Amino acid sequence: MAAIVWAIIGAPVALAAWSLATPRSNLVRHLPLAAASTILVSGLVFVADLGEVPTALDGMLRVDALTAYLLCVVGAVAVVATGGAQTPTPNGRFSALMCLFLAAMSVAVLADNLGLYWVAIEATTITTAFLVAHGGGRHGLEAAWKYVVLGSIGVAIAFLGIVLLYTASGDTPSLSSVALVGRPALAETAPIGLALAVLGFATKSGLAPMHSWLPDAHSQAPAQVSGLMSGVLLSVAFAGILRLKAISDHALGVELMRTLLSIGALLSLAVAATLVLTQRNYKRLLAYSSIEHMGILALGTAIGGPVATAAVLLHILGHGLTKAGLFVVAGRTLHATGSHEIADVHSLLTRSPSLGRAWLAGTAALLGFPPFGLILTELAIVVAGYQRGMGLVTTIALGLLLVVFAGISRHVLAMTLTRHSAVHDAPDERSSPFESDPATRPQRIIVLAGFGAVACLPLLAWPLADVLSTATSALGLTP
Amino acid sequence: MTSAPMTAQLLATAAGALLLTAVLLLWRRSIAGAAGLLAVQGMALAGLSTAAATEGEPVLYALAPLLALIKAAVIPALIWRGARDPDAGTEASPVVNPTTGMLLAAALTTVAFLVGTPVASATARSTGAATPVGLAVVLIGFLMLATRRQALGQIIAFVVVDNGIGATATLAGGGLPPIIEIGVLFDVLLVVVILLVLTRRIRRVLPLPDISRLNELRD
Repeated sequence: MAAIVWAIIGAPVALAAWSLATPRSNLVRHLPLAAASTILVSGLVFVADLGEVPTALDGMLRVDALTAYLLCVVGAVAVVATGGAQTPTPNGRFSALMCLFLAAMSVAVLADNLGLYWVAIEATTITTAFLVAHGGGRHGLEAAWKYVVLGSIGVAIAFLGIVLLYTASGDTPSLSSVALVGRPALAETAPIGLALAVLGFATKSGLAPMHSWLPDAHSQAPAQVSGLMSGVLLSVAFAGILRLKAISDHALGVELMRTLLSIGALLSLAVAATLVLTQRNYKRLLAYSSIEHMGILALGTAIGGPVATAAVLLHILGHGLTKAGLFVVAGRTLHATGSHEIADVHSLLTRSPSLGRAWLAGTAALLGFPPFGLILTELAIVVAGYQRGMGLVTTIALGLLLVVFAGISRHVLAMTLTRHSAVHDAPDERSSPFESDPATRPQRIIVLAGFGAVACLPLLAWPLADVLSTATSALGLTP
Repeated sequence: MTSAPMTAQLLATAAGALLLTAVLLLWRRSIAGAAGLLAVQGMALAGLSTAAATEGEPVLYALAPLLALIKAAVIPALIWRGARDPDAGTEASPVVNPTTGMLLAAALTTVAFLVGTPVASATARSTGAATPVGLAVVLIGFLMLATRRQALGQIIAFVVVDNGIGATATLAGGGLPPIIEIGVLFDVLLVVVILLVLTRRIRRVLPLPDISRLNELRD
């Protein structure tokens, strides 16, 4: 099993080297998908055999249930993002950076050492910097600059926190989150360390008020990069917060993290609610929706307990698949219409039916219309919130969620259904079809399969029940 | 092995140099001069690491030369090269004047000593007493970050913040496990390289790389 651990990191790195070696070969376009599939298959192997906890590198890499589950999430979301959209021409450097990005996220998920986790998170910033700037131009550079500066400063704060936590962890200092959950007493400086570490990783997870880089970076990056960053990188950074919360709850009680995460959750939902309503750019709309969903994750984590935590984990999967698919669809829409303005895209259902249908299906999944599974995870979090004495926070969050719901539905309906009579275009322009949807048949199927999986989320919860309950107990909770 | 008084002297000198260079960096606005100060700060950091190694594992001695190479040679050289561009020059419009900067630095150092004392008392190491110096450098770095408007000034501030965190880790905890330290070192180097490449590209679209003019993406 330890060999698989190394394969998860080694395969994407090898594929990156391959991309650089033959940059013009047409095969290069598909290598990120190969890397993503490797991660997904390895994750499934670990989920199927939970009894063992393989370790490598002196225990710095460790596959517990949470890791196995998150590997599946990274793999599945990456398959949707990299399979749903490929670069139009072979680009060795682009494919190599995508593979290295996947490798860095795998290391972050596998690491049972806060220092190594930090190195991997910083590596995700490094590998994605030029992917964000890939579109080029002033806007791409502006987005990449803000992303790298704010991302690096954010995780620098986290690093300071980790250092303080390390020095506060007793006579035999440790960075292993598993070992730290077991430590009964941490020195009095531990709360500062934990709070700084959570604050830092919250920057990378796009939680307000440290979210300002996110809408820029996610809207400027190419479709598959936005899909990966929004769908899974945010959650990989959030997984660090989950591990830190387990340490904090165990040593200091639940109040510290509950307060921090409640503030983050409500601010994120408020930011999303305000800016979704007035949004004019559909990629930014999706980016703000990601901030909203990170707010939901933070809310569920603040509430805590086995039900809310399991719902948070399932929500990570559902949101990841949906958002990766939607960003890919947004990229196709940009290609077909040549505009990222919501106002320029209308009557999509008649002018480009495949895009219109994909937008409607994806948005229904994102907003949690039945049968899509996100409504169940959100309900579980809300119910747990009322049960565990967080009624006020939960009620405010519900109100903000309704606003986001209304805002996103309004914009997507305007894009897909509305005949744009308000704009006095020439009549022929109003109804003329857009350029054809650039996606190939397999690409469309992969995205729809992602949405389909979200529709089956309640059914998936059944085979995943074991891994989810073991993962929540790894976070120090007894079911 | 270094003898105990030698170690104490090395520690005091290095910690002093670290704080002094941070304050001078805040005051000096020429980028080329800042690169030189960063090199001195990098050497001070390597000195701290050597002093801490006397109490830790021998492997830490191997880390100090690597630290000196990257922090005192490679990163300052890269920034110096970036500053040679004719239009890089000095900070165009400082947000705070030098006197205010000095007063703020003094205030931040005081805060660092107030916050750092419990951290220092939590560690059994003899180097622990100097921990507030590391925190002061971090805070001064953040002040630079908030007040510098030019791309290169921001990169220098980022390096100062990282040097401060590195110093805190070394002083309070004797450094993190070597494999982590090396990973962190290369991460920081790569971030600096990426930011310098982005700066060069930004200069092609914006003649003066004033990052406050990067304001077209907003809601």
